[in-house]
Amino acid sequence: MANLIINGKTLALDVEPDTPLLWAIRENAGLTGTKYGCGIAQCGACTVHMDGVATRSCGVSVAEAEGKKITTIEGLATGNTLHKVQQAWIAQDVPQCGYCQSGMIMAVAALLADKPKPTDADIDEAITNICRCGTFQQVREAIHTIAAA
Amino acid sequence: MNKHVSPRMNRRAFVIGTAAVGAGLAIGLDLPFGGPAVVRAADGSPEVNAWVVVRPDDTVVIRIARSEMGQGSLTGLAQLVAEELECDWSKVTTEYPTPGQSVARKRAWGDFSTGGSRGIRSSQDYVRKGGATARVMLIEAAANEWKVPASECTVAKGVITHKASGKTTTYGKVAEAAAKLTPPADVKLKDPKDWTIAGKGLLRLDTAEKTNGTMIYGIDVKLPGMLNAAIKDCPVFGGKLKSYDEAKITGMKGVKKVVKVGDTAVAVVADTWWHAKTALDALPIVWDEGENAKVSSESIAKWLAEGLDDSQPAYVGNKNGDVKAAIAGAAKKVEAVYNYPYQNHATMEPMNATALYTADKCEVWCGTQNGEAAFAAVLEASGLPAEKCDVHKVMPGGGFGRRGQTDYVRQAVIIAKEMPGTPVKLLWSREEDMAHGRYHPITQCKMTGAFDANNNLVALHYRLSGQSILFSLRPEALQNGMDPAAFQGVAQSGEAAIGYSVPNLLVEHAMRNPHVPPGFWRGVNVNHNAIYMECFMDELAHSVGQDPLEFRRKLMGNHPKHLAVLNAVAEKIGWTTPAPKGVYRGIAQVMGYGSYVAGAAEISVTDGSKIKVHRIVASTDPGYVVNPAQVERQIAGSFVYGLSALFYGGCTVKDGKIEQTNFDTFNSMRINEMPKVESVMVPSGGFWGGVGEPTIGVAAPAVLNAYFAATGKRIRSVPLRDQNITFA
Repeated sequence: MANLIINGKTLALDVEPDTPLLWAIRENAGLTGTKYGCGIAQCGACTVHMDGVATRSCGVSVAEAEGKKITTIEGLATGNTLHKVQQAWIAQDVPQCGYCQSGMIMAVAALLADKPKPTDADIDEAITNICRCGTFQQVREAIHTIAAA
Repeated sequence: MNKHVSPRMNRRAFVIGTAAVGAGLAIGLDLPFGGPAVVRAADGSPEVNAWVVVRPDDTVVIRIARSEMGQGSLTGLAQLVAEELECDWSKVTTEYPTPGQSVARKRAWGDFSTGGSRGIRSSQDYVRKGGATARVMLIEAAANEWKVPASECTVAKGVITHKASGKTTTYGKVAEAAAKLTPPADVKLKDPKDWTIAGKGLLRLDTAEKTNGTMIYGIDVKLPGMLNAAIKDCPVFGGKLKSYDEAKITGMKGVKKVVKVGDTAVAVVADTWWHAKTALDALPIVWDEGENAKVSSESIAKWLAEGLDDSQPAYVGNKNGDVKAAIAGAAKKVEAVYNYPYQNHATMEPMNATALYTADKCEVWCGTQNGEAAFAAVLEASGLPAEKCDVHKVMPGGGFGRRGQTDYVRQAVIIAKEMPGTPVKLLWSREEDMAHGRYHPITQCKMTGAFDANNNLVALHYRLSGQSILFSLRPEALQNGMDPAAFQGVAQSGEAAIGYSVPNLLVEHAMRNPHVPPGFWRGVNVNHNAIYMECFMDELAHSVGQDPLEFRRKLMGNHPKHLAVLNAVAEKIGWTTPAPKGVYRGIAQVMGYGSYVAGAAEISVTDGSKIKVHRIVASTDPGYVVNPAQVERQIAGSFVYGLSALFYGGCTVKDGKIEQTNFDTFNSMRINEMPKVESVMVPSGGFWGGVGEPTIGVAAPAVLNAYFAATGKRIRSVPLRDQNITFA
């Protein structure tokens, strides 16, 4: 058993402490918006916020995540108001297949919380997610649009 | 959608029927059962025809048979139907008919296959007719009600008006009556210049769910009582499963069953996938690797190199004049050998499928690029007839050609069959996905060019050696043993024709098929053929001291559409004006998937080994552009796919197995490596080309030619990773 604080709720989950947080989120908490891409913290599809920090959940154990505030893509909006990154993603038609976009959006949201007006260099450094469809140009444009708003 | 009573159809007849269907099949326009019986959607709304359902609240449901996998075809196809239907775009929604429903209705929705950049171009005619037919029927229903001639009624945004009487009604109000009418025998389609919905860069219809975690991909499917499976197939292709020691894992948490899958694989079924994977990793497995375990990248390269020799047999794909005589008598000769490796599709979502098997039914939920092929796989693996099977398509996390294959569907059914009544979701680990791809074929190419005394190119000998995709996946499409697709981009004519006229030309293919299974990898054979031809064109131009653009232009007089896109990129990148200091340019063009494309890159190189791609200009003539915003995204995405393959891709073989296991050894471009992509669309009309793939072909040669301009060094081998060259 483990207690995880996900999207503001404390969940008592029947999961072993060495299970990667990703699988606890997907299979035990049932929140499937966070995606599996590589399992070795390379691709970023599983990015969530842990105490506000963009974190690849496949590389963190349940034991390490206990007590931390975890936010997944399902918890990014405030009530019915989408996060500004989600809004920009819709307005600028960023996703293609969309599979990597939960992680991409979480990484961008963390970047903007830290640096509301990121430079291209800031974006290059902070956003290291893989997107095989190739949405990078739209991702960059959308970040700048949010920053300029 | 509603369930229909289906005619009994045996499995064999269906499978043969699917294989025999050509791209031009006319379908979908007849009411499936004729007469006044209205076919209803699941919510009871009437179906005007197979493509269009109108709900009482005026919502229009457009049926999409092709698969959306990120490329935007779902939105584009809906635009084409809505254009002819004259409905209100803001009230459009879409749904997928299932392959089982289509088969039960004599394939009312035609081909489901979504590959070869065919999503729109191969269905545009009949889906537009579907929209136009529905419009005629809806107007007729209103006219009948008003007892006025239909010719006096007009429609705009789903509102029908009879001007003389001032009467108006909406599609939603007359759909019930329209569904009972006999469809018109023929309808006239709009001239694309009159389009108001198609041709516009409208937002996609499927974005919101991709931003809040609610889009359901195959990996996200949940069914009551569902279990999860992890699988390992023999890592040596062609090898077999010898034995495994089940006792070692039977006590492990969550484990329910260990299943032998065919002759080659073993799966562990558990309550969660993490438990299944953990147990599978702990399961001692003995493989019978067989003869293929002796194969390596080196042995494959040696075998392919032998095929470059003229003494070896080869298929001739394109020929004019007498190349050998012309080369023998030439004033100057240039020769080069290039190669291109295996590539994994590496879709972000690894292969998966969820299957539920009972004694009288087998259903599968999965992402697939070919619903009907997946359906055929379900029939085959379950042993049940067509009316007892179905496939529910869900969003694939990338396709790129990989999800046109059905190996993962078949495996899921075999596992579920061992656990009747329990749904099982089979998910491959990334490592399994890397080990069991359907890889971009491996090839080498030897090219010889010959000039006369005035530096005119008089001969070109293009000799490929390497793997055929059709030999492995569609042997029925071989022509007397020859794979015509091997010549994509260098063919004499057709949808992937060469753009140059050379008086003496010989394009041939020494087919050599290693044991690594090939597949249709986004761009397919255009990818390597464009690198070989376009880099060699650059070599030829430099060998006679000519500008690479001017050199090409002289050979392209008979190929005005190829030339037009080349000219468009040259102008946009400013080819005739100097590049910024330290920046060098390369250019390339190719035809593929019915479209003409060209690309030009601006790069700088540090220490000969660090490449910064600053800017790429791409031009495309696909005939018609249905959604320019999506075409732009396909072009930008093509550069990510093509440059990832050039810099980081490449799968190598050791002891018969693929060596790369995950994104740490098979990397992919990130945002910091992404150049600025500028798209120039020059649709010339009169034909329909695809846009998802052709541009990938010009990505690598544009950059490689710029690298030569920058360094004077020619790169003839992919990936750059193996030559210690990377992104700056």
